[in-house]
Amino acid sequence: MLKDTGPVFSRRSVVAAGAMTAAAAMTSSQARAQNREPEPHAAHEEGPKVSQMKVRLTVNGSPYELNLDTRTSLLDALREHLHLTGTKKGCDHGQCGACTVIVDGVRINSCLTLAVMHEGDRITTIEGLGTPARMHPMQAAFVKHDGYQCGYCTPGQICSAVAVLDEIKAGVPSHVTADLTAMPELSVDEVRERMSGNICRCGAYSNIVEAIAEVAGRPT
Amino acid sequence: MTPFTYERAGSPAEAAATAARTPGAKFIAGGTNLLDLMKLQIETPSHLIDVNGLSLDTIASTQDGGLRIGALVSNTNLAADARVRRDYPLLSRALLAGASGQLRNKATTAGNLLQRTRCPYFYDTAQPCNKRHPGSGCSAIGGVTRQLGVIGTSEACIATHPSDMAVALSALDATVETVKADGATRRIPMADFHRLPGDTPHIETALEEGELITAVVLPKPVGGRHIYRKVRDRASYAFALVSVGAIIQPDGTGRVALGGVAHKPWRLRAAEAELPRGAHAVVERLLADARPTRDNAFKITLVERTLKAVLHEARG
Repeated sequence: MLKDTGPVFSRRSVVAAGAMTAAAAMTSSQARAQNREPEPHAAHEEGPKVSQMKVRLTVNGSPYELNLDTRTSLLDALREHLHLTGTKKGCDHGQCGACTVIVDGVRINSCLTLAVMHEGDRITTIEGLGTPARMHPMQAAFVKHDGYQCGYCTPGQICSAVAVLDEIKAGVPSHVTADLTAMPELSVDEVRERMSGNICRCGAYSNIVEAIAEVAGRPT
Repeated sequence: MTPFTYERAGSPAEAAATAARTPGAKFIAGGTNLLDLMKLQIETPSHLIDVNGLSLDTIASTQDGGLRIGALVSNTNLAADARVRRDYPLLSRALLAGASGQLRNKATTAGNLLQRTRCPYFYDTAQPCNKRHPGSGCSAIGGVTRQLGVIGTSEACIATHPSDMAVALSALDATVETVKADGATRRIPMADFHRLPGDTPHIETALEEGELITAVVLPKPVGGRHIYRKVRDRASYAFALVSVGAIIQPDGTGRVALGGVAHKPWRLRAAEAELPRGAHAVVERLLADARPTRDNAFKITLVERTLKAVLHEARG
């Protein structure tokens, strides 16, 4: 296995470059969506004023109280207010899965939910799964199997993968489950189908599947 | 997103009353479609009523042997419910064919029904669309129509309803239960829930101002083989080109509903009477009034071939 901190730190510049590429490729509407500040002229227009609200969240075991514009997505609350930038903004429309986090044990797209809708919820992000020194088994497996290239989708892939194994364990069926009344198998087909909400534009899919399969095969 | 105020609903009736008397109010549950559209300013509610706390997230048996599915049951939990998997596998299969794992975890039963009937031109705010701006015209007609509707369309709109779940609920003769702004409740059969576009494509359901879905009721199980077959451009996480939801009995009779062809799940009882004669006879009847475009005429053939495969599987 690779050294604990080595690959993570050596990847940081690559990750930053990947983020810049993604930003350059954004459409103007996505770029607008990324701008969490109100439009500069909004205050002068007629219509509803910006509404603020308090919300309490537990993120990676720590309680937080935030006063947020009601429009703030859970993703923006994590990144821009709590500065937990491990969770990534890709499409901002639920299509790419880069923003996947685990809320009360269930994986969701943090871009398609409002922070104020999560009063009292327990949220786990990539930072809460493990640290460079003490990686979660799924993080270690992604490193070992090279389950990324630019790394931008990786936090979402890993959060999703951790939840996928829990879903299979809980008996949640999928589109490729042959027998709906039996426990789903831990097969490669099952993993591929269940991970279809996480896009990897570098195409590291085969390595991602290998990483997940290795963790799935480990006795827990 | 345009600014909005936000409140958490106290009860279904209260939520309905608030929604009806507050201009620009909308309910939010999973939010997976609504927030997507709000970010593009296609939806611009000035007030959101969060209904997630309303305890409508359980599945209960009904007195006549069916199931009452709470409006807030997630798509994942509905598909995974042991009773649904055993007695209504068509519903599980349809749900699992839709969206992604993350979206199914958040999307609710009622929200799935209320996702907008939409097409790429609906999303393109630079182009006219009678759904976004009634009377502005339809950019899809004469545009790229491969994905779009072939039957029940109008001069105003040719969008398709994207829900897989709704196709199954249509075949299962489900009923939508609601509470209205005055506190009265009513039951709407699936067949009447979604509307055809006509000249008011922006009105997509039978719901009145403020009316809130509280549950979807399934009648007692009818047995038979339950098959949901979805044909799409990639193997997962894509809308249907066409989909066939079918319940086929051992004697060859049954029910068939289609997705991907119309503004609502497409079902015709007269066509189901043709089931013992095979897929061609059914589709001839079911899509007799189809008016496809040059780009989506293939859907007629695709429906017939898909139904043929479904009937073959049902016999096997």
